[in-house]
Amino acid sequence: MTILNIDWFFALEKLILIAVVITGALVIAMYSTYAERKVAAFIQDRRGPNRAGPFGLFQPLADGLKLFFKEEIIPSHSNKVLFVLGPSLAMLTAMMTSAVIPWGSKVELFGRSIDLQIADINIGILFVFGVVSLGVYGILIGAWSSNNKFSLLGGLRGASQIISYELAMGISLIALLMVTGTLSLKEMVEQQRHGHWNIIHQPLGFLIFLICAFAECNRTPFDLPEAENELNCGYHSEYSSMKLGFYLFAEYINMFISGAVMACLYFGGYDIPFVDESALAVNTAAILGAVALLVKVGLFIFLFMWVRWTIPRFRYDQLMRLGWKNLIPLSLLNMFVTGAWILWKSKSH
Amino acid sequence: MGITQILFWFLTALVLGSALMVIFSKNPVHSVLWLIVTFFCISGHYILLNAQFLAIVNVIVYAGAIMVLFLFVVMLMNLNAETEPQKNKWLKFAGAIAGSCLLLVLVAALKDTDAMRQEVLMKTGDIGLIHNLGMVLFRDYLLPFEISSVLFLSAMVGTVVIGKKGD
Repeated sequence: MTILNIDWFFALEKLILIAVVITGALVIAMYSTYAERKVAAFIQDRRGPNRAGPFGLFQPLADGLKLFFKEEIIPSHSNKVLFVLGPSLAMLTAMMTSAVIPWGSKVELFGRSIDLQIADINIGILFVFGVVSLGVYGILIGAWSSNNKFSLLGGLRGASQIISYELAMGISLIALLMVTGTLSLKEMVEQQRHGHWNIIHQPLGFLIFLICAFAECNRTPFDLPEAENELNCGYHSEYSSMKLGFYLFAEYINMFISGAVMACLYFGGYDIPFVDESALAVNTAAILGAVALLVKVGLFIFLFMWVRWTIPRFRYDQLMRLGWKNLIPLSLLNMFVTGAWILWKSKSH
Repeated sequence: MGITQILFWFLTALVLGSALMVIFSKNPVHSVLWLIVTFFCISGHYILLNAQFLAIVNVIVYAGAIMVLFLFVVMLMNLNAETEPQKNKWLKFAGAIAGSCLLLVLVAALKDTDAMRQEVLMKTGDIGLIHNLGMVLFRDYLLPFEISSVLFLSAMVGTVVIGKKGD
């Protein structure tokens, strides 16, 4: 069926995939809030939420309902349009990155072979990078439109932090791109399925990328934009009800997505370690691969939480020193060594 | 009308509309935000020309980095319609005349160039893809490319020198 030169079945297939991915991201982000409290409780030797439902499993639903039913306050001195735009943008940019992540190999349904990836564009990783660099607008716009000095300070901190750590992140990515020779996430995963995981080639690059991912997600020890004790919640001080919920939720979605990106870049994506997928049926292999990816992402989310409840927050000058004086020279060194290694390998052949 | 043409006209309307909003917004922060929308629409045009790499670099560099700094400065200076000083009437006239002169020169210069006579290659051109662009930059235009990177370096050194002056 084609109207306007579009294959509508193809469009329908992609729409369903988008709906599934976004619903999945939302549900996982919702239960990340529960997991965060349970992990915190475990680390601090407490019980955590255990009242709503068995093991407190309905706690995220209760929290969501609470946020929805709270009174919505828009401060009279704020810029109304931008005040609403801020959290919406934060949520939008958090979601958009999921478009280029390969969630699994192909499945075959009704005689059609369907890629478990919304868009396999040849600049995949740059797209992720572009959307991440836009993530700062949600914070900055929300902070400015609140018309509150604490909010503005938090927003400025967030913006300068994200710009600083983006540089080191980009340079550590360049080293990875030099090794793989492609920008498409799907191709990177396929290479790792047939060879080694990239973590073997780029251990230092991965470490830098991981630290920068913490900073880009505004997670402790980098949560200076919302430092409670000095900025009174920072950029979202003036927000209430579900608009606050959007900001908090966007952080968990960002965590989920950055875990998925790191799994695809360095840990083989949907590759199942020590298993030859070609021996399995196509659909079984795809579903098992997707489960393997989700397990890897789950481990990353746990790492994010573990660090949050272990390491205290940096001071602002420490944060800037780490970014500009340690991470950027290290990533430059990493790029240089990788280049020399590639040159040496091509000469010796 | 195919889907490409519909998208083209939609993006064109959006880019012109948001560019006009940049000029007519009273609030400088709104102007900056409209400028970001403009950059996005231009990236959309790049994608229609099958130049995905240029499109995403436009988003990363202009919308993602430079405009953040603009927004930063505008927010810190706390400019708004009330504190904006009223410009001299003659200055406005001079600005309008100078701007129109520039437009006239640009139109006259570009009217008869080769680029105007060529049909735009929708969806078929491939110079904007990263592989081809890299080949052209590092094979045909290597020297200008390296010289421009040295220029960037000198700009960075200059910033450091200005920043160190206070000590």
